[in-house]
Amino acid sequence: MALLEFLKKGQPRIEESKKDDRGFLVFENTSEVIQAEKVLKKRGWEVKVMGPPPEIRKGCDLVIEFPLIEELKITKTLQEAGISPLQVIPVSSPLLEPVNLFQTKDFGKYFMVQAANMKLTIEKESLMIVNISGGGCPDVPYLAEQMVGKPLHEAPSPRDIGHTLCGYALQLAYEEMQRRCLQL
Amino acid sequence: MLAVVGTVPNPEFPLVAGEVKLKNGTLYIHGNEIPVKRGTPALLAAAIKTLKKLGQKEPFGYLIGDIGNGDGSQKLYQYLVKDLKEKHFQTIVFHYIQPLIGWHSRILSVLQKITPTPILIADAGFMYVAKMSRRSSAYDLFTPDMGELAFLADELAPHPFYTRGFLLHEENRVPDLIARAYQHGNAAQYLLVKGRKDYFADKDGVQTIIDTPMEEAMEAIGGTGDTLTGIVAAIISSGMELRKAAIMAARVNRLAGSYAHPSPGTQVSEIIQYIPKAIEEVLKSESKNHKNIHPEMTVLEIIDRYRETESVFKKYDEKVGGCICCQALFEPLRQVAQKYQLDLNQLILDLEDSISSLNTIKITHEGGESR
Repeated sequence: MALLEFLKKGQPRIEESKKDDRGFLVFENTSEVIQAEKVLKKRGWEVKVMGPPPEIRKGCDLVIEFPLIEELKITKTLQEAGISPLQVIPVSSPLLEPVNLFQTKDFGKYFMVQAANMKLTIEKESLMIVNISGGGCPDVPYLAEQMVGKPLHEAPSPRDIGHTLCGYALQLAYEEMQRRCLQL
Repeated sequence: MLAVVGTVPNPEFPLVAGEVKLKNGTLYIHGNEIPVKRGTPALLAAAIKTLKKLGQKEPFGYLIGDIGNGDGSQKLYQYLVKDLKEKHFQTIVFHYIQPLIGWHSRILSVLQKITPTPILIADAGFMYVAKMSRRSSAYDLFTPDMGELAFLADELAPHPFYTRGFLLHEENRVPDLIARAYQHGNAAQYLLVKGRKDYFADKDGVQTIIDTPMEEAMEAIGGTGDTLTGIVAAIISSGMELRKAAIMAARVNRLAGSYAHPSPGTQVSEIIQYIPKAIEEVLKSESKNHKNIHPEMTVLEIIDRYRETESVFKKYDEKVGGCICCQALFEPLRQVAQKYQLDLNQLILDLEDSISSLNTIKITHEGGESR
């Protein structure tokens, strides 16, 4: 009996940890959920429609579970299809919110903005992106290759060519840099 | 032998497994060329420079193209599950790979069946997935930056992007973040936290801080964390004990950066070429320092400089029937020896032995260098 209890108690933790790489997309109504599921499945993503956990107070009675790391590409795809989610949240802890703190560093000739684990540095005079650092998702080296050496206004946006949450964080740093460049 | 598992930022790059060479700043594996910019190619280039300098063989690479959609990473995971069973690497470093929990568990279960178990190092995406899977303690070393340390410390965060704000970015909170990461089981056996200062830590907290030379610009340069991971992996695979290898690697990486006279616009490839020179310098200075414990140094000075000497003082505590660090922390070694009737020369030798590490490594002089 004790062993059974132990096994029962142990089980949810394993299940939970398996879900830590997943997120929920929350929509206004079920018809959006159905449309979004169709769009995402057609593009080859592994998604699942399910009931929302009690912590989620917005949206309808259904949510879509998706691979969290690919949040950037997935939300962009849905925006293009005209079905933006109300909220995107991690399955492991639905009350968590994306990082919204920025750190900056002035190096004199250069200026750096950091969002979460991503850092973007420009040369002030030319507004040239000179370095991108931080971030461990596989699109980071690719984003750096595409953006470094280009002026801020000519470089591709991480939202357009990135895929992952690191790309998302870089997008925030990129937007913050654009906003601050007007003040430099 | 060292194995490096990672991705290349080119969607056309095929799945390749084999010895990786570095010639004139370009990596070669099975006839494929890879430019060294940042990410896994930077890690590999730094590892090769280090291995060559230490007279070791080139690393084995498992590489595939992936630009973030995870297609390449999935194929790589699949290949590794089969191939790692057949190989016996001394050290394996896992790097920029899409974090996928299911595949990570399968890889780990294969690795844990290999005897002897290789030394496992994880950085970037693979460190994320180890934490997301709650299997961090299966790894010997993680090499997070400050943002990633905050992510490890946040027991709820599934990715650095969701790290809670109250944990982020204050350097003076590093010891708290490290303690919190260990408290929730989200750290490897050892951590080498890279940043403005580098911190080497274990479950008991920060063991060593490496903060010289200090180059502010390094923080902005993409790939300097990758080079540190490459250097430490290479030194460990050459046989040095992990703790000492981590301290040496941090010093080498900082020194190589300093030799490049970096600005925030410097590219990591400019730093990598100075790694051999930095290794030589670190080994030289270590050998000099080795003779640097002298009778006029206080116990505090010695422990502050060489944390590992604390255990020697503790051993002597038993002999003297008291606590040297509590009762004589500010006293010079000569006075300590007199006070407790100890053999001063033997005490110095024992203290030096505990820090005599780096100069046991052989170095290869120029000629073997590729650039």
